[in-house]
Formats: sequence, C-alpha cells, structure tokens
Amino acid sequence: MTDLTSLTIAEARDGLAAKSFTSLELTDAHLAAIEAARALNAFVLETPDQARRMARAADAGIAKGEGGPLAGIPLGIKDLFATRGVRTTACSKILSNFTPPYESTVTSQLWRDGAVMLGKLNNDEFAMGSSNETSCFGPVVNPWRREGSNTTLVPGGSSGGSASAVAALLCMGATATDTGGSIRQPAAFTATVGMKPTYGRCSRWGIVAFASSLDQAGPIARTVRDAAILMRSMAGHDPKDTTSVDRDVPDYEAAIGTSIKGMKIGIPKEYRLDGMPAEIEKLWTEGAAWLKSAGAELVEVSLPHTKYALAAYYIVAPAEASSNLARYDGVRYGLRVPGRSVDEMYENTRAEGFGAEVRRRVMIGTYVLSAGYYDAYYLRAQKVRTLIKKDFEDVFAKGVHAILTPATPSAAFGIGEKGADPVEMYLNDIFTVTVNMAGLPGIAIPAGKDGQGLPLGLQLIGRPFDEGTLFSLGEVIEQAAGRFTPLRWW
Amino acid sequence: MSVDAATVRRIAHLARIAVTDAEVPHLQGELNAMLAFVEQLSEVNIEGVEPMTSVTPMEMKKRADVVNDGEIADDIVANAPETQDHFFLVPKVVE
Repeated sequence: MTDLTSLTIAEARDGLAAKSFTSLELTDAHLAAIEAARALNAFVLETPDQARRMARAADAGIAKGEGGPLAGIPLGIKDLFATRGVRTTACSKILSNFTPPYESTVTSQLWRDGAVMLGKLNNDEFAMGSSNETSCFGPVVNPWRREGSNTTLVPGGSSGGSASAVAALLCMGATATDTGGSIRQPAAFTATVGMKPTYGRCSRWGIVAFASSLDQAGPIARTVRDAAILMRSMAGHDPKDTTSVDRDVPDYEAAIGTSIKGMKIGIPKEYRLDGMPAEIEKLWTEGAAWLKSAGAELVEVSLPHTKYALAAYYIVAPAEASSNLARYDGVRYGLRVPGRSVDEMYENTRAEGFGAEVRRRVMIGTYVLSAGYYDAYYLRAQKVRTLIKKDFEDVFAKGVHAILTPATPSAAFGIGEKGADPVEMYLNDIFTVTVNMAGLPGIAIPAGKDGQGLPLGLQLIGRPFDEGTLFSLGEVIEQAAGRFTPLRWW
Repeated sequence: MSVDAATVRRIAHLARIAVTDAEVPHLQGELNAMLAFVEQLSEVNIEGVEPMTSVTPMEMKKRADVVNDGEIADDIVANAPETQDHFFLVPKVVE
C-alpha cells in the first residue's frame, strides 16, 4: 500500500468509491510520507490526530453513500488559512502563538466536501517572498535537485510548502494563495499545477491578509484535473467577503478534455524579454505548437504596459500591506514585547515580531501612503494599474480566449543564492504579477525541464471567470508535455 | 526621489517599528533601491486615466444593519497577551 501517495485525487476518489482502500489508509500513508520528509521543512504543523479523525468520518460517510466530492482526500493547508483550534501563524513570529477560534471560508468548504487536513504548510512570512526563505520556520527545500548535484534549491514562494509537499507526494493537493505569483511561481519550480482564480472567485475571509486587492486563494495539485476538482470546492460566494462574487461555480472538471479547436491564443510580444534563457524561449514555442496542433489558432498580441507592472505592484502591494499589518500591535493577539509607553510597546513588538522583508515592505508602504507622497506614488500606481488591465481588455475584445506565456524567467535557484538585492528577487514574478494587477485567472502547468533537469512551467492567462478554458487548455499542454516527478532523495 | 536617514527614522516611527541607529544606513539603502526601481512609472502617460478602485466591476455589497454576531467575548480575548475581565490590557496611556 506504499504507493497510495502517488495516486492523483481523481484516482484516489475512484479507489475510495470502489472500496479498494479506505481514507484512513490513504491518510496514514501520507502521514508516514510527511514524517519521512521532514528534511523538506514543508509542514510547519502536522495534525495526525485530527487527520485520522477526519478520515474515519469520511470513511463512515462513504460507507453510507454520503461522501462529498472530496470525501477522504488528504490535503495540506497553507499556514495563511485560519483553521479553527489549530495554530495559524502566517509563518511570522508575531503570530507564532495564534490559534484562531474560527475557520476560513475556503477551508470550511473543503471540509464540507469531505477533505482531510494533514497539517499546516510553510510559506514566506505573510506571503511576502518568492523563495520561501522569509518564513520564521526557516526555508522550505524543493524536492527537485539539479542533475548530479546535492545543492538544495528553493521551491519558490510564497506557497513554497504547498508546492514542495504536493511535488514530494506528502499530500494529494494543497491550498495556496497568490498576490503576485505565489501560486504559479512555486508550481513552476516544482512541476506542479497551480491555479490563481479570478479576483473574487474564492472568499478571502479567514485568510491572513497581505494586499487585499490582489490576494486570491487557489489550489496546487499534481494534475490539471486535480486542480479543477479542488477549485470547485474552494470557489463560491461568501457574504462575509464583500469582494466575493455572487456567481455560480461551474463544474470545472467538465472542462477537462473539451475541444480547444478554433480557440484564439494570444502570444504577447512584450513577454519576450532581453536576455531570456534559450530554454524558456524554446519551452514557450513548444507550448504554442502543442496548442496549435490541438486546433487552436495562435495570434501575436500586445500588452504595452507589461514592463511597468512590477513597479506598480511594488507600490500597491506594500501600501496595502502596511495598512493590513497595522493590526499586529501586541494588544489583541500575537506577540507582545513590553515598552514603557503604549507606543514603545507597539514599536518593540513590531520590530521583534516582523522579519526583515516584512519590515521593509511595511516601511515602503508607509512611505508611499504618507502625506505629500500619496499622489506621486500610490495614485500614479493605481492609474498604471488601470492601464495594465485595459491592455488585457483590449486583447480579449479582439476575440482572444487565453494568453500563453512562460511562468517564470528561470528554473528554481539555490537557497541563499538570491536576496542580497531585494529587487533581484522581485523579478521572479515578472510574468505573473500582471495577472494579479488585472484580477484575471492564471494557471501554471509543468511543460518541460531545463538543461540541468529542473522543471519549467508555462502560464495561461484567461478572461475574467473563465477558469474553465484554462483547465481545458492546460490539460492539452499536460498531455503533450507529460508529468514530471522528482527522484526521492530525502 | 530618495530618502535620507532622518526620513527613514520618521517612516519607521509612522510604521511603529523600532529601528536602531545601526540599522538605519542599511534600511536607507534598501528603501532607496526600491524607490529607484519604481521610478520608471514616472515615464508612463497617465493623463486622464482613472485610478483603479475595484479590479472586478461590481457594486459594493451591503448587509442589513442588524446584529448578526456576538456574545463571543471569551473567543475574542482568547489570543490576547494580557487581559482582565474581557478587557485588553495595555501600558498606561493617561498619566
């Protein structure tokens, strides 16, 4: 039964329905895999007792023929999602002893549908990072290594624990969040599938906020079909989030295998960067060819404001973060470091509780919102954001169904290799950040390997609320590229 | 635009983050690197462009103005560092 962890969610669902194995067996197999993979540092909290309890309940439901769409499927939960009675830290020292008395809407929907929680997954502190090196629990290790090398690589970030755990077969799927690329970039670095849905598709209620106008939850899974299965449970209207959209959730899985014949796929010329590695260029051309041979029509498109997206993002996101993170003051929850006055207590608490990256972003955000600078920075950035969104609207108005781009400008890099210059790290999100700025859905799909044997991904960007088309197109790429599994060394 | 050491201290205070004198030069360098990076936005023509307020076109939802939650004081103070009788305790504010 040791190979239960290598099943996809769709296969496990069939096996559970056919009584080939129980959810408890499936859950135990994953708990054992997690225990054997602590070197990856993917989980920051294992919840084996709760997992077994949920698995037994799922088994009872399945036996009565009352199992939900995810009955008995063991998942990992990014530590940004509040889980009732289970420590939730956002991987920040300032929340290191926080146990929410409530459950996030997205996770409550997963449990409603019968899923099993294995534990909480590592991420960059408050989801601020592209390498999972800013977590207060230490970096996550990518299960992938360069051929013939023992160098430990980052899994990307901020959903690095989610990507690493799914790639290493520690959980069947995971929740993740994406503010500038935090689902898609780690998915690309680990050969997993990551979907960032349209802004408003998933409720943000109960998810630790980073930049509220950009944050969206989504799944990381091993196949496009599995991502579609998870998406259906995660999405849906929630009155508790005023930005949550009141629209029916389609059966995303039904989109898998539908014909893409006649679909127009845009290839944006602005994404062809100077000095882009030849391997990325080749992967992109190959991906376009796969879609073409499945009947899609390729058209060159222009998104002229692409080059300004990252700069606008690094004003908007820190500004919103500085506002959201004002709540961590050592009064109502979390860490408190004493001071002689209330102000000194705030300052000491936040200096000690926030890591270097978070402090830097909160300070930049404070500066760009401060009196005299608001118009020059924040207001200008929000106007540029309008132009970025309009670029996409113009392309979609010409009948383009989806846009194909590389997911990242490189494969995974080594732990400690980048970070001396913050801007260098930020460039990781160059292909993904525009999607958040425009509120669109985007999916990263494993599509090949670089010369050192590391996975590379492609990204598809869709029209608002057209996640289904991305699943259809994504599966075509998956079929052509095949699936990629890391060799186990841990 | 770039920031000097005094501005770094002012921002840190506005953000309620204590910084030591030794940290200021390093922070100043990092903040200036970020400000230099975002400087490129000044070349974009934003004449007549509306700033984005909502990325998904939708009307702000409103709920009925009624009490729909409450009586959970125990839960609310459960994670607080210092409390007394369902109050949060802070250092003395008024002399």
